[in-house]
Amino acid sequence: MASNQSRFRAANSAMRGMTCAIALILASAALPVRAQGVVAQEPVDLSGSWVPYATDNPLEVDEGPFTDDWTGMPLSAAGRALAQSYSASIYAEPERVCQLYGQWKYMTAPFPVRIWPVVGQATDQIVAWRLQTTEDQGGMTIWMDGRQPPSKYLDYSRGAFTTGHWKGDTLIADTSHLKMAPARNNGGFYSDQATLTSTFILHGDKLVMVFVLHDPVYFTQPYVYSRFFNRSTARPASTAWPPCIVNYEGVAEGAVPFYLPGKNPLLDQMMKVFHVPEYASEGGAQTMYPAYRDRLKAQYLKLYPTFPKKCKQYCTNFLFQRPAANLAQPVARAPAKSGQRKAKSGH
Amino acid sequence: MRRNLTLKSTARITFVLLVSLAAGTAVHAQGRPGPSGPPPTAKAAAPIDLTGYWESLVTTEDWVYRMVTPRPGDYAGVPLRPVGIQVMDAWDPAKDTAAGLQCKSYGAPAIMRVPEHLHITWQDDQTLKMETDAGEQTRLFHFVPSMAAAHGPRTWQGYSVAQWEFQRQGGGFRSAGKAVWGSLKVTTSNLKEGYLRKNGVPYSEKTQVMEYYDPVQESNGDGLMVVTSYVTDPVYLFSPFVTDNNFLKLSSAAGWEPSACSAMW
Repeated sequence: MASNQSRFRAANSAMRGMTCAIALILASAALPVRAQGVVAQEPVDLSGSWVPYATDNPLEVDEGPFTDDWTGMPLSAAGRALAQSYSASIYAEPERVCQLYGQWKYMTAPFPVRIWPVVGQATDQIVAWRLQTTEDQGGMTIWMDGRQPPSKYLDYSRGAFTTGHWKGDTLIADTSHLKMAPARNNGGFYSDQATLTSTFILHGDKLVMVFVLHDPVYFTQPYVYSRFFNRSTARPASTAWPPCIVNYEGVAEGAVPFYLPGKNPLLDQMMKVFHVPEYASEGGAQTMYPAYRDRLKAQYLKLYPTFPKKCKQYCTNFLFQRPAANLAQPVARAPAKSGQRKAKSGH
Repeated sequence: MRRNLTLKSTARITFVLLVSLAAGTAVHAQGRPGPSGPPPTAKAAAPIDLTGYWESLVTTEDWVYRMVTPRPGDYAGVPLRPVGIQVMDAWDPAKDTAAGLQCKSYGAPAIMRVPEHLHITWQDDQTLKMETDAGEQTRLFHFVPSMAAAHGPRTWQGYSVAQWEFQRQGGGFRSAGKAVWGSLKVTTSNLKEGYLRKNGVPYSEKTQVMEYYDPVQESNGDGLMVVTSYVTDPVYLFSPFVTDNNFLKLSSAAGWEPSACSAMW
């Protein structure tokens, strides 16, 4: 009897062992799914060199905006006044020669955007995504480690402060502590009170970036911009540049170039080139919506028969030029940002 | 006694087996059809809701090509071949109107660029319907395509095949997690030739359009939709013509004003 009980105990013990073994095997089968809890923090890999597609928004990207083109910008009265008094010569001020562009530049520059992960040494986890384009752009670090924004009173760097989170495979980032910077390089600025929500949507080797800018000072409604990028296998764009050197570029220290109200001579370019009346080119939220076409229709169609039969200026982009003989003398455009970076940042 | 022990152990193993299997399969089952039974319809499987009214948001990008009729001969940004430039230079809106071709700039390769309102509904469980007030066009996105219909007569809106791109809990398009987000991908062909822009920048009937419909949630709660349109045309274009078009979600049909196609405006 005793020996039978021992055998039963032994058999029972073996059965328990087998039960545990089976449980372990079965539990391990579920592990790949559970292990994705780690992967879930970074469900897709955004790293790489992303090249903007050249067919969208050529006036902004290829040649830079016209001096009076604020169409489709929800400018407030203050934003419009600032834009109309703007002189691009401010970038020749010694104080601004080395000033960096803001994060909005990702939406409008013709340059690739480089994205790479920042890995925490202690955890070996991705703690942030870093974005950079040209040397004169403030960059963006999207913190993914759950850190809280600093006090709103803290004077932050031009890189601003950004945190991100994932929704499925979509990265959503919120930026605060922005510096005042151009949303368009013709005086269309956003203020240091602005906040930015950016969304990164990956479709294989294609990336859609959507920026929504909220600015209670210079905008009356959110300013929305989206852009399409292809992943590039070419050598990544360099983000290392020599330091900027301040030198004299025609504007004395302390001087601030500007135009007084009504004195800006460059507010008629949209009418001259595109026959868009000033009340439309000066922007405002109403110019973003389809109904605004009704206001333009009568005047525009009346003018249309007077347009040249052949487009002569700004009719194509730099990739697909018409023969140069067809081009007339260009009208005045916003001067490029001056200084040693002029050749690289003429946008 | 021995029999009881054996039964208890067997029952324990069976229970552990079932619980473990259930734990393993539960994750897979979320957002996907079970191993038995028909797969869910496109409507039932939708990871996002695109239905409702939407309004174009024309913020700066290509405003002068969208909100007004572009100047004759202006094709800035379009990778147009010389043969396409010739066609564009021959643009005559009066001739198009006389020929009943006013809708040439409202075809699928161009319609999302037209300032407009959209009304998106489910026509049936496998077909999403998009109507526009500008030009009064209707697009049908077929999740279960019909070969016969795909090769029928060419139309302005062509034939569109749709599929969901799921973004799942746990990440990755192949992840087994529950679908928490996603995109709509639409591929369109069988088009009549038309215009990419109102001023006669052409596309041929060999054009194909690939589109991604991506919803974006604004921090203030507003709903946005970004439609990326990827137009390829071996006849008139050197390379794809890609545009991003933003739409704002509306809570009602306010602003919906159907208007007939116009060759000039």
